[in-house]
Formats: sequence, C-alpha cells, structure tokens
Amino acid sequence: MKPFTISLRSLGRHSFLAITTTFVLVPFIWMISLSLKPPGESFNGSFSLLPQTWHAAQNYTRAMTASPLPRFMFNGFFVCGVILTLQLLVCTPIAYALAKLKFPGRNVLFALVLIGLLVPGQVLALPLFILAHQLNLLNTYAALVFPFIVSPFGIFLFRQFFNTIPDDIVHAARLDGMSEFAIVWRIMLPMAVPALIAFSIFSVVGHWNDLFWPLIAVRSQELMPPPLGLMAFKNEDTGIDYGPLMAASTIVVAPLVIVFLVAQSWFIRGLTAGGVK
Amino acid sequence: MSGLELRNICKNFGSTNVIRNLSLDVVPGEFLTLLGPSGCGKSTLLRIIAGLELQDEGSVAIGGRAVDGLRPKRRDVAMVFQSYALYPHMSVARNLAIPLLMRRLNTLQRLPVFSAFVPGTAAKKAEIASEVARIAKSIGIDHLLDRKPSQLSGGQRQRVAVGRAMVRQPAVFLMDEPLSNLDAKLRVQMRAEIKELHQRLGVTFIYVTHDQVEAMTLSDRVAVMLDGELLQVAPPQEIYTNPHDRRVAEFVGSPKINMIDVKVREGGLAKIGGQVLPLEFDAKQDTLTIGIRPEAFRLTDSRDPNSLSSIVRLIEHMGSDLFVHVDLSGVPDPVIARLPAWSSHIAPGSSLHLRITTEQVLLFSKDGKRLKPQASVTPLRGLVR
Repeated sequence: MKPFTISLRSLGRHSFLAITTTFVLVPFIWMISLSLKPPGESFNGSFSLLPQTWHAAQNYTRAMTASPLPRFMFNGFFVCGVILTLQLLVCTPIAYALAKLKFPGRNVLFALVLIGLLVPGQVLALPLFILAHQLNLLNTYAALVFPFIVSPFGIFLFRQFFNTIPDDIVHAARLDGMSEFAIVWRIMLPMAVPALIAFSIFSVVGHWNDLFWPLIAVRSQELMPPPLGLMAFKNEDTGIDYGPLMAASTIVVAPLVIVFLVAQSWFIRGLTAGGVK
Repeated sequence: MSGLELRNICKNFGSTNVIRNLSLDVVPGEFLTLLGPSGCGKSTLLRIIAGLELQDEGSVAIGGRAVDGLRPKRRDVAMVFQSYALYPHMSVARNLAIPLLMRRLNTLQRLPVFSAFVPGTAAKKAEIASEVARIAKSIGIDHLLDRKPSQLSGGQRQRVAVGRAMVRQPAVFLMDEPLSNLDAKLRVQMRAEIKELHQRLGVTFIYVTHDQVEAMTLSDRVAVMLDGELLQVAPPQEIYTNPHDRRVAEFVGSPKINMIDVKVREGGLAKIGGQVLPLEFDAKQDTLTIGIRPEAFRLTDSRDPNSLSSIVRLIEHMGSDLFVHVDLSGVPDPVIARLPAWSSHIAPGSSLHLRITTEQVLLFSKDGKRLKPQASVTPLRGLVR
C-alpha cells in the first residue's frame, strides 16, 4: 500500500509541475511555431505545431530586413552592458560600506535603500523625464541608461551577501596592505560571484525587456532597444504580419535564453567553489 | 626585532568596558601569550595592536615608535586568524603573494592587463614569486601552491595562513587562537611547529589563546587576562607555582586547584580535617582561602599524625595518574587529588589517608589576593637571543 501512495503523491507533484511548465512554455512554443509558418496557415482552423509548408526562411529574412532589427539588437546589448557595468561600479562599494564599515547613520542609509526598493519605477517616470529633458539627455543612449545606474536592489543584494563574508577576511586584507576599494574589487566582488550572477541576470533581463522607459526616453529608431523595435515593426503600414513578427520576437528572445543557460552553469560553479573553512 | 609597549589601553563597546587601563611591555623577540577565557578582551587587545580596532584611550608603540595614528598595513605587524581568513577565490601561491604584491607594486603595476606594459613589473613579480616559493618550501606547502584554499585540509590551511604572515617579514607576529579549529592531534603538531618557527625567526610573537596548555608550552611569558584586566604577567612555571590572584590560580592548572575556606586560629594555624597546617603570612586575617593543587596531596596511612581521612567519591584514570575525587571531613565541596597510577587499591566508597605538602599550598585573602606574593609583573629574565 505504501509504495503506491508515494508514487501517487509524486505523480501528482510531477503533473502539477508539468502543467505549470506548459502554461509558461506554450506561448514560446507557439511563437516559434508561428515564425515557421506562411501567413495563410497562421489562422486556419487545423492545429499543428509544424507548418505544412515551411516559410521559415522568408519570415526570418523579412524580420531581419523589414526593420533595422540588427540595430535594435545592438542597442539592447550596448544599453544593457553599460547599465550593468555602471550598476556594479556604483552598487558594490556602497554595499561594502553598508555591510562592513562602521559609521554613524549607516542604518538610516540602509533603511533609505530599502525604501528605494519599494518605489515602483513608473512612479519616477515623470520626474525622470523632466530631469532628462532639462539635462538635454532625451533621445540619447544616456537617457536609456541614467535612471538605472543606482540600483537599490543591487545594493541590497550585495549588502546581504557581503554581510555573510567573515570580518576576518576584511581584516586580513587590510593587514595585507589593501585599500578599501582594493578590498571591494579584489576580495568582496570575486567572493560574491553567485550574487553577481543573480544580479546580472535580473538586471540584463529587466532592461532587455524594458518597454516602458525607452518608450518615454527615445524617439529615434537608431536608439531603440529590441522591444520598442518590435513595436515599430508591428505598426508598419503593411498591417500585422504574424510570421515575420514572431520570427523577430524569437530573435529578440534568443540571446536571453542563451545567456541564461550559460550563466546557470556558471552560477552552480560559483556556488561550489569558494568556502572559507 | 621590535618590542611592543601598551600604555593605559581602554576600550569600550557601548557601555561595557572590554579593556580597562591595560599596560604591558613585550620584550623584542619574546613569545608572549595572552591567556584568558572567551570574552575577556584578549582578541580585542590583539586587534587594537594590529590597528583593526581603535582604542578609546591609551597608546600602542611597536619597536619604540607610536603607531596609534597608523593604518594596519603601516604597523609592520602580521596576523594569523582563527578562521585563517584565506582568500577563497585565490590559489595558495596568490594568497601568499598578496601582501608582497600590495606593498611592492605601485597602482599601475597592479592593474590586471595593463600592468604588462609598465616597466619593471615582470622583474618584481618574478622576485615575489621566488620569495613565495622559498617561504612555501620552508613551511612544507610548496606542493600545494596551485590549489585553492577549499581543496586544503585544516592543517594545510593553517600553514598557508602562517606563510602569508611570514612572507613580508613583519616586526611582530599576532596570532588569534590559530590552533582552535584543528583536531587534537594536529594541534599538538602545529603547536610544536609554531614554537620552532618562533625560534627560527626570532621575532616577537603575541599569541592569543584560551587553552592553558598552549600558553604553558609555547610562551616565554604568559599574560593572564580576565574581564579586560591583566592579572599577572610571568613565565609559565611561575604562573603555575606563584599565582598572584585567586582567579589566576583557578584558571591555570588542570584539574583545577582545590580552594578551601578556613578560619585562622591563634599563632597562624589553620585546620583542614584533622591536619593542622602551619601557615606563614603577615596580614591579620580571620578567614582565608587555601589553594591546594591536586598534586600537593600525598598518599599516607592512618599512623601518620598529619593525615587527613577522606572518603573516595570518584576515580578518573588518566594512564600516568589517577584523579581521585574525595570528601574531606569539614570541607563542603569534594576535593581532587592527583595520585600515582599504581595506587590501585583505591576504590569508590573506600577511605583514604592523604597528607598535604604544606610548601605547595597557596594562601589567598578574602578579596582573592595572594598572601605574600612577589612583584605582580615579572620582568623577563634570561631571554638571550
């Protein structure tokens, strides 16, 4: 009787996981399926994942040529790269100071960071827009980057991670002759690789997929990141052509999937190496 | 070679006084142990010497030079931490090289890729690598240089931590319970290695421990610390035989010294059980505490007029000795006697005749001070190097 109940329970568990995974995956699968089909097949009544006549080459060619998709992709890489780099340059020293240095007002500052975590980005859109306008930044790469340089989430995440690193390591580094910045870059950040990977995933995915702020900040097609570019694609006079649109979407999503898979193996490696005692 | 002077050091954490007006002189080349229970402020004192904590009052001088305003790296001290504090993402060779890299290379030469184009970098790096190799060889870790700390055993990590302290040839070595994370067997071995290292380098060592065996075996002098105060600073043997304070006598020695409160009779006589002890002391005291080390008891028989009769409660076999817990008549707490292992006729519940060697008895007044002590800080004699 007992083995049966266990297998029943695990059956239930697995079918629950399978169903939720399906919910998540179906739109992606459907997107890829549509990107392979000719226009007529997208809306006919019969359901099939694979097309009757393959139209992949035409769809993907049109996706790459009908709008400046390569340019959008480059913008996405560039903007996300700059944002992440600046975020790390700003957040890790702040997080180190909040975690390991003793100074008056430290707890108040950390509380302010936590409040910053609670404020949704949309609330700040209007003030940021006016700020960008007055600094003459609108419709530049800088406009896409500057609101995100100081990330409360990044400060919080790194601060929590740095807190778990023993003080003795910081003391040893000071005795070994390192300056406080050298401790951040040479000791704390390399030891925080799991936090670094996690934060990078959040940051890159968030800003790669961001539609809201780029919609406000830039109007020139030269500067548009991929999601905004997709909008431009969709709004062209020819109407909504689902095959090429889905092909473009697939291309836009692909780097994220690849980056995530690569980062995941890094993430696991980062967790197993290290260890103080 | 540099000595160390601490003058009137005070340190508070909030409202608790961790260190109270502590002064101490360490002779150049001395091995001094700070011995005390956990929470007595000994690690804090070590951190103050290193510059990792700042004292609220008082001053620290190393080699005759006041270092109070100096950052840790400018104080010419190296520290070995209890947790070793190795950099887990760096190889052993890199861990050993870091103190030298940070000191000898300038900012440009330390940059990751760019440094290759700065003149003189390669020569300095080669020099550092050869020094690291030499140190690694001298402490027997030259085969581990490419490993990460996580791939090392506890003893190997300990050696790397010592090596990292050695490479830059500091004036003073500070060690914060370096052996407490090792298993018993390895601890004995590393203890001998640290002693040997001190003899080889001849540098001043300040060693913090709560383990009295480490303190007794390693030190030239032991500084017993309790509640932020130095109770006594003296060579190990003297700490044991001539403690100045009841707390020192109780902290040092295993099994613990037996403390018996007695009333003083006329003529400076006190009675424990049946035995009258002739006590010699100046001060007029009504009551005092007699400290008797377990080995101050001798086995005797009922014909001895000075024998104490006692009942055996418990016997602990230690191989070379027996620790016998006995009840003495007129003494409320059980007393521990250390007797030769061949005293095999002793059994729990049997009666035993013991005699106290009066020369080994220590007398303490009610406030815990030793009666007739000598100077409370013994200067180090006969340390010739």
